[in-house]
Amino acid sequence: MSDHELRVSKIRDGTVLDHLPGGSALHVLALLGIDGSEGTGVSVAMNVPSDRMGTKDVVKVEERELSQAEVDVLSLIAPRATVNIVQEYAVIEKKRVERPESVAGVLACPNSSCITNADEPVTTRFDVLDDGLRCSYCEEIIREGIADHLDVG
Amino acid sequence: MRQDHLVAAGQLSRADVERVLDRAAEFDAALESGESLPARYPETVLALCFYEPSTRTKMSFETAMKRLGGDVVDMGSVDASSVKKGESLADTVRVIEGYGDGIVLRHPREGAARMASEFVDVPVVNAGDGAGQHPSQTLLDLYTIREAAGLDDLTIGIVGDLKYGRTVHSLATALTEFDAHMHFVSPDSLRLPRSVRFDLHEAGAQVREHTELDDVLPELDVLYVTRIQRERFPDEDEYQKVAGEFQIDADTLDAASDDLTVMHPLPRVDEIAPEIDDTDYANYFEQAHNGVPVRMALLDLLLSNHE
Ligand SMILES: [Zn+2]
Repeated sequence: MSDHELRVSKIRDGTVLDHLPGGSALHVLALLGIDGSEGTGVSVAMNVPSDRMGTKDVVKVEERELSQAEVDVLSLIAPRATVNIVQEYAVIEKKRVERPESVAGVLACPNSSCITNADEPVTTRFDVLDDGLRCSYCEEIIREGIADHLDVG
Repeated sequence: MRQDHLVAAGQLSRADVERVLDRAAEFDAALESGESLPARYPETVLALCFYEPSTRTKMSFETAMKRLGGDVVDMGSVDASSVKKGESLADTVRVIEGYGDGIVLRHPREGAARMASEFVDVPVVNAGDGAGQHPSQTLLDLYTIREAAGLDDLTIGIVGDLKYGRTVHSLATALTEFDAHMHFVSPDSLRLPRSVRFDLHEAGAQVREHTELDDVLPELDVLYVTRIQRERFPDEDEYQKVAGEFQIDADTLDAASDDLTVMHPLPRVDEIAPEIDDTDYANYFEQAHNGVPVRMALLDLLLSNHE
């Protein structure tokens, strides 16, 4: 991460998400359940030129340190993301995004007759495949457009 | 079988299947000989929760439980129950768990049985979840195939509505545990869903898809016919055209091997002409009769696990 690429200033405490695919920042925030109502600072830079990725997005979330589980969920839409945990303006930890075995509660099943789309007290759960996701209930497979199925907020 | 529930055929290993079928053969022989079976489950009550109409599946579970010495309670039709008043399935099964030692569930939504199994401690059997799975039907299908043709070095053709046919999804998945060549014959619009094709591919199954039965009929040991439903087609003409193409009659079977076994999960409408019924090909009534000993075996294994 080189500083001159960033259009937003350093944060004191929190999490910096870098190397997100260009245009994905709002999906990333949705996936993390961040909508600004928390009252803490959130900075977003979209479509920043990047040598590695063409364009990338960067998100800085103040006063929140993302857990490994939260970071792993990001792998669904931002597999190359880098995650830096910042304290007192210094990076104290770098986390790598790893594909989780399953994800719960972040996506809605695209199968309208899946039991998770009925009015039942059940959290969606998807097994993570090499090239997609599979509903643990109805077994429907999602390959493309995973961000379209986000069900968070 | 190590599982507490039977919600999908994918749970069943070859050893699980063989254990159920072997036990079913014992029950079958006992029923056949008319000898009275020991009442293994005299205190046991099986709860039948059918959110969709069913005659044979429900009756064969009921008969199976009673032949094992137990009894059943039946939720009755959905119209008359609290479901109509908007009670969730999760609540319903948690209440019914208090009445029964096991639950047999049919529901119009895919994944219903899996979800139900997460809310209760008694065994749940999926007796059909929408266009998903119907694994107890698969066990009786496998029993019938084993009796008629054997489960290894098997060439099977599965015909009809492969997209929405839950018996097809479960059967295809289960057959990946055996040395089966599978041919799927359907109109393009009703081919196997992606999730089932994925499972077959992952399992390294020997699978081919066709739109014409003639392409494969001569090499088949078993022809498994399923119903194509009118409501799957935009108009009557289209339906008639497709349904006619996949109708099996004496002329169709001219090209078949003499040893061919024709199966159907029933009920049929006109997929198989009645003239086939009295031929050596027909195995569908036998298949239906196998529902009782196979479900006895399944219940026996699930209930004894749970004890
Ligand atoms: Zn689903």
